[in-house]
Amino acid sequence: MSPDLLMLIGKATLDTLFMVAVAGLVGSLVGLPIGIFLATSGKGELFPAPNVNRVVGLAVNAARSTPFIILVVAIIPFTRLVTGTSIGTKAAIVPLTIATIPFVARLVEAAIRDVDKGLIEAARAMGATPMQIVSKVLLAESRPALTLALTMTVVSLIGYSAMVGAVGGGGLGDLGIRYGYQRFRPDVMLIVVVVLIVLVQLVQSAGDRLARRFDKRSRKT
Amino acid sequence: MTNPVAEISPKDAAVVFESVSKRFAASGANGAFTALDNVSLTVARGSITGIIGRSGAGKSTLIRLVNGLEKPSSGRVLVDGVDVGALDEAGLRSLRRSVGMIFQHFNLLSSRTVFGNVALPLEIAGMDRGAIEARVRPLLDLVGLADKHGRYPAELSGGQKQRVGIARALATEPKLLLSDEATSALDPETTQAILALLRRINAELGLTVLLITHEMEVVKAVTSDVAVIDRGEIIERGHTFDVFTHPRHGTTRALLSGLPGSKLPEAIARGLKPEAAAGDRVVVRLTFFGAAAERPLISQLIKSIGAEVNIIAGTIDEIGGRPYGSLVVAYGGDAETSGKAERFFAENGLVTEVLGHVA
Repeated sequence: MSPDLLMLIGKATLDTLFMVAVAGLVGSLVGLPIGIFLATSGKGELFPAPNVNRVVGLAVNAARSTPFIILVVAIIPFTRLVTGTSIGTKAAIVPLTIATIPFVARLVEAAIRDVDKGLIEAARAMGATPMQIVSKVLLAESRPALTLALTMTVVSLIGYSAMVGAVGGGGLGDLGIRYGYQRFRPDVMLIVVVVLIVLVQLVQSAGDRLARRFDKRSRKT
Repeated sequence: MTNPVAEISPKDAAVVFESVSKRFAASGANGAFTALDNVSLTVARGSITGIIGRSGAGKSTLIRLVNGLEKPSSGRVLVDGVDVGALDEAGLRSLRRSVGMIFQHFNLLSSRTVFGNVALPLEIAGMDRGAIEARVRPLLDLVGLADKHGRYPAELSGGQKQRVGIARALATEPKLLLSDEATSALDPETTQAILALLRRINAELGLTVLLITHEMEVVKAVTSDVAVIDRGEIIERGHTFDVFTHPRHGTTRALLSGLPGSKLPEAIARGLKPEAAAGDRVVVRLTFFGAAAERPLISQLIKSIGAEVNIIAGTIDEIGGRPYGSLVVAYGGDAETSGKAERFFAENGLVTEVLGHVA
């Protein structure tokens, strides 16, 4: 394998990691509160606002049902507004982040809804404020599930980040398309795929291990 | 019969329910539903008061009114003289910090250790770490879990989990403890141990305990006062001993019949007929307590009616620390014998209930 090719793969991997890291971080920071809101704002819940809940839920569903590749194209004006360009690694971060937000929100909602309602009642009976219930009960108890949700988010992002390669987004997907596909280099394609598989494996097993450490529910005496 | 519950003056009352009703609006497939119907009840300070009823009788709703987890549709609930319904959210939170609560399924945080669970209400109240440490340690000693402070709930037995729940409920030094079916998920032996702990807390800390249960065993073992609730209404109330020995309502009797010793042997129960035929014997349940429990009643009964008496079932037990006995006997059902027996029962102050007739 030529040193040039190695350089290319190294650069593409770093680009992918950069896109995934920024989109994952920003998307999760925005998606987490939205998920918490979705899980706690139904009728008779901690922050009852059923109408807002319905509207946010609809928006999340709409964003999630838009195919990613269409989302990338559709928000080009917005991307340009934010980054000044519509191609390259930096530009790709915008649609990746936008796609991450509703994804994280739904996963967080599911994780929080899974917390035993009896714990909420117990905390209310102790005189906890709704914010204390969120921080000390809901987030604490759903930590294993939230860890797995974030792991799943990062894994999906790695896949999506390869997709933005198709529209000039940079990273491993871009490399695969330009060298592997358009220049008929199956060896490059293969290396790109292997690197992606290794990345996903690493992320998944780290997430699983962390979630297991947080999970105190099934420890034997 | 006297009604001791009604005699408690408001200043001796830990909790007062004043004509409380609770209706749930219709939602989805469920129609509107009245959970509590005009309930009035007083819980004496320092007592262990039980509310017993079948599931769906309204007892869960009733206990949740005390710390404002539910709001009454009408009527008032007073805790230490304060109208719970009139409190705003901040007022409710400070009330809840002075009322402990324990639950059927313990409701412990799986992500926190024993120590962390007991510390939770103190963290919520904004106490600093040092003060929390100083408060939690003696509580873990009190419930006998000092050596388990670093364990997680998943590593504990049901009884140990409920001990953590009790320590957690006591953390903010409440004057009132609410117990929501706290022993229903436990085996009989563990139930007795948890009830003994509640009794000890009641005696040592002077804590008022209001507990709801569907088990007469629990009421018998631990309460001084009891109210029986059925379909949202209080149908009977008084000192536990009086209610057990003089049950006036069918539902109370039905609940009592679950106690060991109060069930007739199956073969006899099957042969029981409501109407007497000639030559039948009458089957009577005698309940005796106090001085009567110490006299040779059966031999006196045989002498005074001049006929044979069969003992079919019987139990001697203790309710609220007072001995009481229940005997099921059968004797000749002819008018003369029955008349003599009734006079004997009346003279000796025995409570009787005719269960039926056997050939």
